[in-house]
Amino acid sequence: MTCKLVVIGAGMASGRMLEELDTSAFDITLFGAEPRGNYNRILLSPVLAGEQEFNEIITHDAAWYAEQGITTRFGETVVKIDKKKKLVVTPQGTTPYDKLVIATGSASFFIPVQGNDLPGVVGFRDLDDVEAMLAAAGKTDPKAVVIGGGLLGLEAAAALHKQGMEVTVLHLMDHLMERQLDPAAGYLLQKELEGRGINVVCKAHTAAILGKDHVEAVLLEEGDLFPADLVVMAAGIRPETRLAIDASIRVERGIWVDDAMQTTAEDIYALGECVEHDTVVYGLVAPLFDMAKVLAKTLQGQTAAFVPPMVSTKLKVTGVDLFSVGDFAEGEGREEIVFRDPARGIYKRLILRDNKIIGVVMYGDTADSGWFFDKLKSGEDISEIRETLIFGPAYQGGEMMDPLALVAAMPDSAEICGCNGVCKGTIVQAIQDGATDLGAIKAVTKASASCGSCSGLVEQVLAVTLGDDFQAPAPAGICACTDHSHEDIRRIIKSQQLKSIPAVMQEMSWKTSCGCHICRPALNYYLIAEFPLDYADDLQSRFVNERNHANIQKDGTYSVVPRMWGGITTPQELRAIADAAEKYNVPTIHVTGGQRIDLLGVQRQDLPAMWADLNGAGLVSGHAYSKGLRTVKTCVGSDHCRFGTQDSTGLGIKLEKILWGSWTPHKVKLAVSGCPRNCAEATCKDLGVICVDSGYQVSVAGAAGMELKQTEALATVETEQEVIDLAVAFIQLYRESAAYLDRPYKWVAKVGLGWVIEQVVDDAENRAALCERFEISQSVYRTDPWAEQAKPEYQTNKWATLADLTLEAAQ
Amino acid sequence: MTSWIDIAALDDVPPRGARVVKTAHGCVAIFRTAQDRVYAIDDACPHKKGPLSEGIVHGTAVTCPLHNWVIDLQTGMAQGADEGHVNTYEIKVENGRILLDSTRLMARTAA
Ligand code: SRM
Ligand SMILES: Cc1cc2nc3c(=O)[nH]c(=O)nc-3n(C[C@H](O)[C@H](O)[C@H](O)COP(=O)(O)OP(=O)(O)OC[C@H]3O[C@@H](n4cnc5c(N)ncnc54)[C@H](O)[C@@H]3O)c2cc1C
Ligand code: SF4
Ligand code: FES
Repeated sequence: MTCKLVVIGAGMASGRMLEELDTSAFDITLFGAEPRGNYNRILLSPVLAGEQEFNEIITHDAAWYAEQGITTRFGETVVKIDKKKKLVVTPQGTTPYDKLVIATGSASFFIPVQGNDLPGVVGFRDLDDVEAMLAAAGKTDPKAVVIGGGLLGLEAAAALHKQGMEVTVLHLMDHLMERQLDPAAGYLLQKELEGRGINVVCKAHTAAILGKDHVEAVLLEEGDLFPADLVVMAAGIRPETRLAIDASIRVERGIWVDDAMQTTAEDIYALGECVEHDTVVYGLVAPLFDMAKVLAKTLQGQTAAFVPPMVSTKLKVTGVDLFSVGDFAEGEGREEIVFRDPARGIYKRLILRDNKIIGVVMYGDTADSGWFFDKLKSGEDISEIRETLIFGPAYQGGEMMDPLALVAAMPDSAEICGCNGVCKGTIVQAIQDGATDLGAIKAVTKASASCGSCSGLVEQVLAVTLGDDFQAPAPAGICACTDHSHEDIRRIIKSQQLKSIPAVMQEMSWKTSCGCHICRPALNYYLIAEFPLDYADDLQSRFVNERNHANIQKDGTYSVVPRMWGGITTPQELRAIADAAEKYNVPTIHVTGGQRIDLLGVQRQDLPAMWADLNGAGLVSGHAYSKGLRTVKTCVGSDHCRFGTQDSTGLGIKLEKILWGSWTPHKVKLAVSGCPRNCAEATCKDLGVICVDSGYQVSVAGAAGMELKQTEALATVETEQEVIDLAVAFIQLYRESAAYLDRPYKWVAKVGLGWVIEQVVDDAENRAALCERFEISQSVYRTDPWAEQAKPEYQTNKWATLADLTLEAAQ
Repeated sequence: MTSWIDIAALDDVPPRGARVVKTAHGCVAIFRTAQDRVYAIDDACPHKKGPLSEGIVHGTAVTCPLHNWVIDLQTGMAQGADEGHVNTYEIKVENGRILLDSTRLMARTAA
């Protein structure tokens, strides 16, 4: 008697398995929930985009099933497997089996938010989904929101955009396709899609899908609202395992199978996206096709074992070239070779371990992906060709030359500097005449004086000519991750409108994939200063004090310094401080040099509660930890002092209330003294004001820390408002043009006080513009971070410990 | 033998950040890199016990917040010219959950 083989699911995996099987040996019944036979699901994206017709992607038609003698039951969903009686149940009846194959694939994962079941919310899995999307695209002025910026979501987004929809992609993570791409490649991809007119929002947390009887909009937790006629759920897939679970077959993330594709139940096999093999669940067809071969053999009584293959990813969006394979995380003993050409939008990264390629990420030019993939699969030792490896096969095979030997072999007539037409001979002559470093050569020959791209070559000519006498200059970069200076970075962020840290790193050819503790805080500051409204502060790129809004101490405790505006306080404030000190067992209370009170030795976990208590008494953060406005010291002035000429205390408080919360390249301190006796020590501050009978003397760029320096006069003015405008304009100019970690006195020394006076004193229009830009930034940052971070969500996400295992480990 | 304890969801730890787990013999810092790798090491710098969980995470390293030693998260070794190391613990992510090997933790307490 022929073996009764029942197959549940007429998809890509079972389709291939049936092709591999000697169907004459079985009596086969194929159930499929979809009312159609097997088709190439992968090509649903081109169908959605209108690039292909559905009938072009059908892989098995009625004639084929008939020829193979397969009974097809399409449109019939299996609802139960009865292991004991060896039959499957559908709404239409029962069907017995001798052997059973589960090939139910996966289903789109609908993120659990309110409104996810509204009409107009669809997954992207089968032809019905595609038809629903195309119907929505046919409306007038149609808008789509795609939730999920992975492979599926982006293919849907590109296709819907091509169909004339206005498309927004909401992606939870920091960059697109984070499972296949590193941040740099993700950034390039985002730029490409945005260039086409697709709106991409990363770090987007969907709060709800809104609408009465049909979707109308998607709401983010951040408050943004995106109108939508169609919402595509592409936030992931879930293996379709329900039948197996109900039948008590072992299911992990997918249905568990052994190497032969057998489940834990007798005569029941499984393959495709619904299974888990050796802890891995697959979502691409290549491994599923391997499973199909193995299962066909198993069913025929032959032995075969599934060996997990290496899978690579490509995105099927016309005009986007992208490839990734293997393991591209950083890690122990791993090295990377990175090639970037920002102007052409090309990025390639190879990850090596033990001189073998273990991961490849390519964007923009994937022509060599096959070659790299082969090397990865074969595990070939690449140390011999390492220097030219990244350039691909075209550059291999020739004689390897050390770059210095190459330069030495160049004829004297070879052009080195294209911009200025300087040849090697001219440079060698200049060196022999005594120019022994890059600067001198630049001055004498003009080589490398324009675009600078030949400076490496010039240095090599120097090295070849001078031999051991040549001292390679240290790179001018701000840290080991880049050769760029602070000034270059600021200039390029502005001119190229680079609005994220990965964007800067990509466009400016960073040498590491995620920077370091030196460059990241600097980049974060530059982005805050340049795009206060658009850029979201990156807490993970902040030094601990600014991330935790308190100063860390040597023993890991923190200090808490509430603001005392202009050094003025009240009995209630003092009482609240005293209460907080007692309640949270503060060991030390110190009166600071900045006219306020420092509570030292606070436990980290007590910070939010302590802040909430202090907030209750009207006290806010004093930012004693920030590269930002610290204190405005004042003296008692005309209110009390017999020499006071103006209300120095009042002016100091006004200044502090305007300036507080602002982020600056380094800390900023001000002081206002009521008369030239200068009790507030205004002449050693970043900006100091001395009140005199006729008005106010404003001076800047003082220091009293590691260096001691008196301030220099900026201007003398008559009204408080003029003082305020000067102070704000000066600080904004500092914010916009100083290198990170340069105090104002260092910055003024670099740019020149004359220039500063031109910008903020002489040019009234410019002064007003600076003040206006400062105010725009302050509309975001003039808030109390303590009040923010004392909110309950921070308690769970940040302040609480992740888990308490003290009991666990003690057992 | 390993014995995995489910301690939290991967998403509870910020990318390029860390959170702390309390254990009987001190705090263990759970790091998550930009590439979603997780690592568990003692939350005390080999230099002067700075809380490493508060450092800036870059690549697979963290810079101590107190005096900028750079510690490799995989080996626990101080990088560059600095010398010293911290304990590391077995950790893995499955189904979006972080699992920590408790046998090691207990062995350390017993030792
Ligand atoms: C608390 C305080 C000492 C005190 O108890 O009086 C203090 C404490 C610290 N100072 Fe200061 N400075 C304090 C007033 C000063 C003053 C005096 C002043 O502001 O009038 C100066 C000289 C004036 C100046 O800034 O030019 C001062 C010059 C410095 C410097 C050197 C800055 C420079 O550019 O040379 C540093 C190091 C730095 O910032 O890089 C520093 C750094 C520090 C740090 C933040 C060191 C650190 O990174 O941990 C200390 C934090 C202690 C804490 O946990 O609270 N502190 N520090 C004072 C807090 C003032 C406030 O209310 O905010
Ligand atoms: C839009 C899109 C683009 C893709 N692009 C690529 C790509 O570029 N490269 C790549 O490698 N992969 C791609 N994939 C993934 C690929 O299509 C899947 O990996 C593959 O189809 C999985 O095969 P399967 O047989 O396991 O599941 P499926 O092909 O999903 O087949 C399962 C079938 O079982 C049916 N079924 C489920 N439950 C029951 C039941 N109880 N009773 C009866 N029938 C049931 C389902 O209706 C379905 O028809 C893409 C997928 C989509 C949706
Ligand atoms: S003077 Fe030095 S030791 Fe004293 S608080 Fe300032 S930084 Fe710390
Ligand atoms: S304690 Fe970590 S560097 Fe000093």
